[in-house]
This record gives sequence, structure tokens and C-alpha cells, in this order.
Amino acid sequence: MARIEVPMPQMGESIAEGTVSKWLKKVGDWVERDEAILEISTDKVDAEIPAPQAGVLSEVVVNEGETVEVGTIIAYIQETGAGASAPGDLATVAATPDRPIEGYSRPSADEDDRVAGKSESRPDPSTTEERITQRSTPVVRRMAEEHGVDLSALEGRGSGHGGRVTKQDLLEYLGDGERDPGAGESGPRVANRVTPLSARPSLAEPVDASTLWDAFYGDVQHPEFPIRDRDEVVTMDKVRRLTAEHMVIAKRIAPHVHSLIEIDFSRVDEIRRDNRVLWSEEGVRVSFTALVAWAVSRTLRDFPMLNATASGNNVIARGNVNLGIAVDLDPGLIVPVIRDADDLSLVGIAKKIVDLAQRARARRLGPEEIQGGTFTITNPGVLGTLVGLPIIPKGTSGILGAGAIEKKVVVVSDPVTDADSIVIRKRSIFSLAYDHRIVDGADGARFLANLKQMLEEFPDDA
Amino acid sequence: MVEVRWLGSVPYQEAVDLQDDLVDSRRAGSIPDQLLLLEHPHVITLGSASDSSHVLVGLEERRELGVELFETGRGGDVTYHGPGQIVGYPILDLKPERKDVHRYLRDLEEVLLRAIHTFGVEGARVEGHTGVWTGDGKIGAIGVRVSSGWITSHGFALNVDTDLSYFTTIVPCGNPDRGVTSLASLLGHPVPTQSVITAIQDAFAQVFDATILRADGLP
Repeated sequence: MARIEVPMPQMGESIAEGTVSKWLKKVGDWVERDEAILEISTDKVDAEIPAPQAGVLSEVVVNEGETVEVGTIIAYIQETGAGASAPGDLATVAATPDRPIEGYSRPSADEDDRVAGKSESRPDPSTTEERITQRSTPVVRRMAEEHGVDLSALEGRGSGHGGRVTKQDLLEYLGDGERDPGAGESGPRVANRVTPLSARPSLAEPVDASTLWDAFYGDVQHPEFPIRDRDEVVTMDKVRRLTAEHMVIAKRIAPHVHSLIEIDFSRVDEIRRDNRVLWSEEGVRVSFTALVAWAVSRTLRDFPMLNATASGNNVIARGNVNLGIAVDLDPGLIVPVIRDADDLSLVGIAKKIVDLAQRARARRLGPEEIQGGTFTITNPGVLGTLVGLPIIPKGTSGILGAGAIEKKVVVVSDPVTDADSIVIRKRSIFSLAYDHRIVDGADGARFLANLKQMLEEFPDDA
Repeated sequence: MVEVRWLGSVPYQEAVDLQDDLVDSRRAGSIPDQLLLLEHPHVITLGSASDSSHVLVGLEERRELGVELFETGRGGDVTYHGPGQIVGYPILDLKPERKDVHRYLRDLEEVLLRAIHTFGVEGARVEGHTGVWTGDGKIGAIGVRVSSGWITSHGFALNVDTDLSYFTTIVPCGNPDRGVTSLASLLGHPVPTQSVITAIQDAFAQVFDATILRADGLP
């Protein structure tokens, strides 16, 4: 039940003072944590100042139009009731069946005294709609709408801050509702809410296989973990969220098998050396990746199952070889696609890679240039990694991981005399990840063997 | 990542409502950072620091000119928006690394400085007068709002091919001593809107070190 100070915030290093331009809340008003309570203005900037804590705005020290130094106390908030207690405490409260949780409990008589008799202006939202709005987030309201759930049915059951209905609450309600639509606030139900794990289908109950199927292939949910004192919490941006979801789905749907092979790059090196002058006259840079992409595009022609995707009970063998090439943006990653790579010459592929990589780094790729890949090449080797075991992008059946190309001591046999000798060769370990539903181990191995041969005997006229 | 959206001409009130929605969505984390680029039909807007005497035309005259008037929740004084002026509304989450509104203003100035540099126009900052200035007057105006949770809205306006006579209806940003200018009047020829948009987009990517996703139209 503490009295919380609201200081003039530091809005920037070179900002020493701020002017209160507008109070959005009056003394005695109830404010949620992070709800805007006033606006301040400094040079060319208007800023909303959020409440540091939920409670009642008990005192306004600085009036509209007044300018004060950063750090000056401009208001006080009086914490009251369960709404201000830590989320951990809520569980204890919730577990007591005879004390239903409310959005925020009514203040007791002595609390009334401390908030200077202003408690009557604490919003006791009169309409259900207002209460719902105050006790749920926009995300939850949208979800509820999508599922046709009337949020008023969850009133008093919110486990979030200030009794707000969280996404988890709603999901549990949706799950419970199907089995027991008429369930009221009985003891066990409350217990379920406090320990969500027990609300999940247990092995003791017969579970419809389709439920498991839904859980397995349905929405991706990332478990949450407690935050400790010195931690920083960063919300994932959209790209990160989509990536996270994509990775989870890709990994759980396709049974991954990884096969590794070591490839000699002497011939590739030779090709690059022999053509250096020619290529520089043409103004094109032909990277190792270009040579690998060329070899992969040709090898894929003989392995339709690696240029395919499982789709329901069908396999779709793709009619084009569209090679995705992962480009590191540091931070982030994008996979531009070389369309019909198997129709392009080595120089054609090289030009395309340079163009796509440049525009990827300049953030200038069109949406169609990052879609429709049928097989992917990723190259963790450029950062020195020996070899990676990549995840197969959703909707494809294979991905090749290129390892670092390093000089190694190897034993070679003379093709004529069969005499062994120790030589120094540029070698690299390549990995192939493939969807074991539609690609058999032997085919994965054959693909790698063919690719190895293609690179070790790279043709002159590519 | 920043989604850049060219929205064409958008009435002022619509743009304000759109920004309110996007600020909420950005705060909830349901959308990435946004940079809205658009034009407004003729409108005079009053920032929180506005002096109403800086609007020099009465209701009748405004009606004749087809100029609307709005009080708005951004910082700064009076300004004019209209066709030929590209307005940028970044809806950004400044947390955790950019929680400094002065730095944010300087960054927006930098975006405009770099964008006009693309066309060979050298602008400058003037101490104490946020905005982008050239020898011939002010070319870029800035006024922003930071909502609860360090989410930005409002932003900047760059005169590309603006009919500068409309600025006589106000005292721009409360500063009677300095004129206004535009890219076209400085260069002596028209500048295609799309090239300015690309220049702003590139400058924004550099200054805010952001990946740009061009996603025209509404989110």
C-alpha cells in the first residue's frame, strides 16, 4: 500500500526540464500501470507519461503549464488492494475458492481514509463492456472475437496484472469450455487456472487423436520464464516472431535427417583461378557459393524428391529449381531466391547472387524475390563453422549447409600407380538436411555423393 | 525492421486516427516499426506549443482556400501541410536503445538532410530551431509525439514541390524571420515524388540502422 512518487522523467540526455502540458487524470482517479496520466512537452515533442504503478492518483504537485526540472516529483500514486500486489500473490488469492478475484479488490475502510476520501471516483465500471475493456488486452479481445467468446464470461477469472484476462486464461477457457460449457467458478476450476499444466489433457483421460494432432500442428506457443532482477526484456519484432514460429513448425513437422560429406575444392579453386581474368573482364565476381549453387542446381535435376514437398498425403515435385540462398544481414537473415537456377549458366548464377545479396543488404528486395524457393543453400562456413545442421524450411524437403573451406592434410592415391601420398588440399564438410518422410537415407547419400563428384570434377563449360 | 508505406493523399483526421491505431498495435507488439509516408490535402495544424496568432487567416479565407484547421497532439507550433509536401509519420518503439527524444529529433533531421543531399541540396540544422534549413529558408519541419511506452507518432514534413504561397497563411513554426522553400524551387525543376520517397527511405534505413520492408498501402 505504498505511496509511489511520479517524477518528471528523463526524456533525453540533453533535456533538463519539462513542461506539464495536460493532466489526463484527476486526483482520485484510478490508474492502471503504464496508463498515460499526463502529457509533457519539450522542444518539438509531446510525450505521454505513464503511471509507474497501478493505484489512485492521490496528489498532483505540478500543474498544467508549469515547467520543472527532470527528477522533480510531479505527482503521487497511492497503491491499494490486490491490484497492486505482485502476480505471484494473485495465485494465492485465486486459490481460495471463497474469495473470487476481481479486477482490483475494493479498498477496505482504512484504505479509503488514506486516499483522501476520493475513492468514490475510482472507476467502478458500470457497464460490462467497460469492465471488459479495462480487464483485457487488445490481443485477448481480438482472440475472443475470433473464437466468438463473450469476455464477460471470464470476469473475475483473469490471472494477469490487476486481474486482467490473459491470453492463457482465454486459451484455458476455450479448452475447458468445450468439455464443460456450463462450468461455474467451482473449486477445482480455480485450481486449474492457477496451475495451468493440470488443465492440459492428461494421459489418464481418453484423448481424441485429433486433439493431439491439433496441439502438434496448431499454433506455436513459446513457454514463458520468470524474469530476474537485472534482465532486460525485449519484445520480438514481427520478423523475429515469424522466424521463431516458422522454425518450430519446420522442425516439428519434418523428421530431419542430416548427412555429411567432405568435398575437395581443388578443382573449384582451379576453375576460379583459370577464369579470373575472363570473369573480371565481364565484370562479374564468381564466388564459391556460385559454383556450389550451380552444382546443386544440376544435381537436383536427378533428385526430384529433394526438390519437392510433402503436402497432406501427396508429394509435390516442383517443376522449377528455385534455389534459396541464405544471406546474413547481421542482425537477421533473408533468403532471396534464384529462380530456375538450373537454366542459368555459372556466370548467370554468379551475377544473380551478387545482385540479390547486394539488394538484400540494401533492404531492396521485392516480396516475390524471397518466395517460392524449392531448395535452400546456407553457408555457415563463411564464419569459420566446420559444418552446420540446418533446419529444412517449411514447404521444402532439403537444405544444404556449406562448411568452412580449409586447407587440410589428406592422403591421395595416384590414379595410375595407386601410390599414396600426403598432400595439402582445400576441403570442406557439407551437410544435407532432408525430410525423411519423402527422402530415403540412401537418396540423401547419393545426392551428396553426386554433388561431391560434380564439384570435384567441375566442368570447364559451366 | 521498419515497414515503409506510401499511402498517397490522406485527409489529416484519417491520418491521426490511423496513427492512434498503429501506436496501440506497436505498443502491443503486434506490428513492427512503421514509417508512413503520405501527403495531406491543404491543412493547417496547431501543435501543443501553438500561438493562435500564428494563424494569419480567418475561417472565411480558409474556406475559400480550402484549408482545414486542426489542433493536434504533436509538439511544436503552427504548420501547413498540402500537396507536393511529403509527410513522414514514423511509428517506432524507441525502447530500449533510443529513449532520448532530442536524439530522435536530431535523427529525423539527419534523415531529411541526407534525403535532400541525394538531390544535391545541402541543408543545415539551426541551433534551437528544430527542422532542416537551407540558405533560402526552411525545407523540412518536425514535430513529434511520444506515447506511453516510448512509441512515436507524428514526425516530419518535407517540401518537395509545395505551393509555397500557402505558407503565407501562417507564421511557420512561429518564426516570422525565416522563409520557407522546397526542393523544386531550390533546384529549379520538378522532382518525382517516388525518387524523394526512395531517398527518404534509404536515409531512414541508414540513420535508424533499420531493415526496410517496402509495404505500400495500409497495414
